[in-house]
Amino acid sequence: MAALIHQILSGLAMGSIYACVALAVVMIYQATHLVNFAQGEMAMFSTYIAWALINAGVPYWGAFFLTIIFSFVLGMAIERLIIRQFDGAPVLTVVIVFIGLLVIINSLAGFLFSYTIKSFDSPFPETMSFGRGYISPHELGSIGVVLVVLALVYAFFRFTPLGLAMRAAAQNPVSARLVGIRVHRMLAIGWGLAAAIGAVAGMMAAPIVYLDPNMMLGILLYGFAAALLGGIDNPWGAALGGFIVGVLENVAGAYLVGEEIKLTVALAIIIGVLVAKPSGLFSRAIVTRV
Amino acid sequence: MAALLETRGLKAFYGSTQVLYGVDLAVAEGGVTALLGANGAGKTTLLRALCAMARREGTVLLDGKPFNPRQAEDAARCGVAHVPDGRGTFLGLTVEQNLRLGAYLRKDRDGVAKDLDRAFSYFPRLEERRQQQAGTLSGGEQQMLAISRALMLRPRLLLLDEPSFGLAPLVVKGIFDILRAINRDEGVSMLMVEQNASLALALADHAYLIETGRVVIGGAAAALRADESIRRVYLGY
Repeated sequence: MAALIHQILSGLAMGSIYACVALAVVMIYQATHLVNFAQGEMAMFSTYIAWALINAGVPYWGAFFLTIIFSFVLGMAIERLIIRQFDGAPVLTVVIVFIGLLVIINSLAGFLFSYTIKSFDSPFPETMSFGRGYISPHELGSIGVVLVVLALVYAFFRFTPLGLAMRAAAQNPVSARLVGIRVHRMLAIGWGLAAAIGAVAGMMAAPIVYLDPNMMLGILLYGFAAALLGGIDNPWGAALGGFIVGVLENVAGAYLVGEEIKLTVALAIIIGVLVAKPSGLFSRAIVTRV
Repeated sequence: MAALLETRGLKAFYGSTQVLYGVDLAVAEGGVTALLGANGAGKTTLLRALCAMARREGTVLLDGKPFNPRQAEDAARCGVAHVPDGRGTFLGLTVEQNLRLGAYLRKDRDGVAKDLDRAFSYFPRLEERRQQQAGTLSGGEQQMLAISRALMLRPRLLLLDEPSFGLAPLVVKGIFDILRAINRDEGVSMLMVEQNASLALALADHAYLIETGRVVIGGAAAALRADESIRRVYLGY
């Protein structure tokens, strides 16, 4: 029983990372109806920036926030300089651009930081007085950090005029323009936010999966599974999907399929959802009367 | 009356297809101008061309100054609010959020709160449905919402694209009564595209009849209304 509880709790910790990735993917999907395959590599690159800052002597939380700011700017820059050139291009063209970005960022990280696997320290203490055997301090800390991020993102979209304008721009760009919203700027901010959220996922994942240019490969796949499971048109469903996928993955890995082919669980979830309920568990049906 | 909006030789294009061939028209300050014509005449395109949603050539003056928005979002910044065809409400957002978005460019919070109440006083149905998703509203309610959202900008000029489209006659009458009240009480000038000529001519002070991208007849609405032959040939009632 204790082992099962441990598996579930550490599943929730990994799940919180998937939730971040899923949220980042869904944010861009909602605005553009495109899935950013490079989301994971962007997060990985951000994590290297955090690593470089920490190695340069910046205290962890300073590096954490600097990395988030850097990632936000990087995300905006990628939208402005690259993605915008393909405004109105066929979907496949944009998919190829995303895959190109994935490869470029991956190689760039390898070139700048080498492919050697690096350890990445956790900001949380090594041990704690409670919960021993059930959950590690880093796992608990990751869940906490992610919950704070989710709450902030929720508050931003729910309560601020800028958040509302971004939702409007994503839903109906033409009408958004007519009320004076600069839709392109909203899209760039969306990319920035997605990159920043992804960076949090990368920094929380690195102490667990270690830092190397391919660290986000599996995580991105789980993030996709989470987004599909929760509903690709519902950010909160996608985040919840992240936690569910994390627990499923861990429990299945421990009791059903074994550690080696754990990643298959993500694929099984993706296929299962697409077959049984393509809109996802928590997709919001938009009720329309004509 | 001085002209708030004036076009001279306005041409409009979709890609390489020309839709308007030199249209001259004017909207008086505080006035209502109706644009009449059959489907495909270029009425909607004219409104779009004003707001940089279609390529255009020629001169457009707003308040005597060149009005050349580079993008649609610049039109709103010049005080021109556009209620597009199909109404363009944000279906997934609530009625109140839709209205607040209409005031996106305004910084005066108190004024926005007051105008929200004003919108609800014109259209009490919207207040009842304040927290409801716009997608759940009926067609008439959506048109009310679209008009109210445009008014939240406190525009000088309201562009209306077929406010009667697809609505029951009684609903249309209610909406036109309120448009008249808004024009009279708030002095908002309007340029209205309308298929329902009798309704539009009753509200407007000036009217233009467009056929395949050219103005056929333009003048005082009363004159168009009174002219038996025009009425029979062009307006069909």
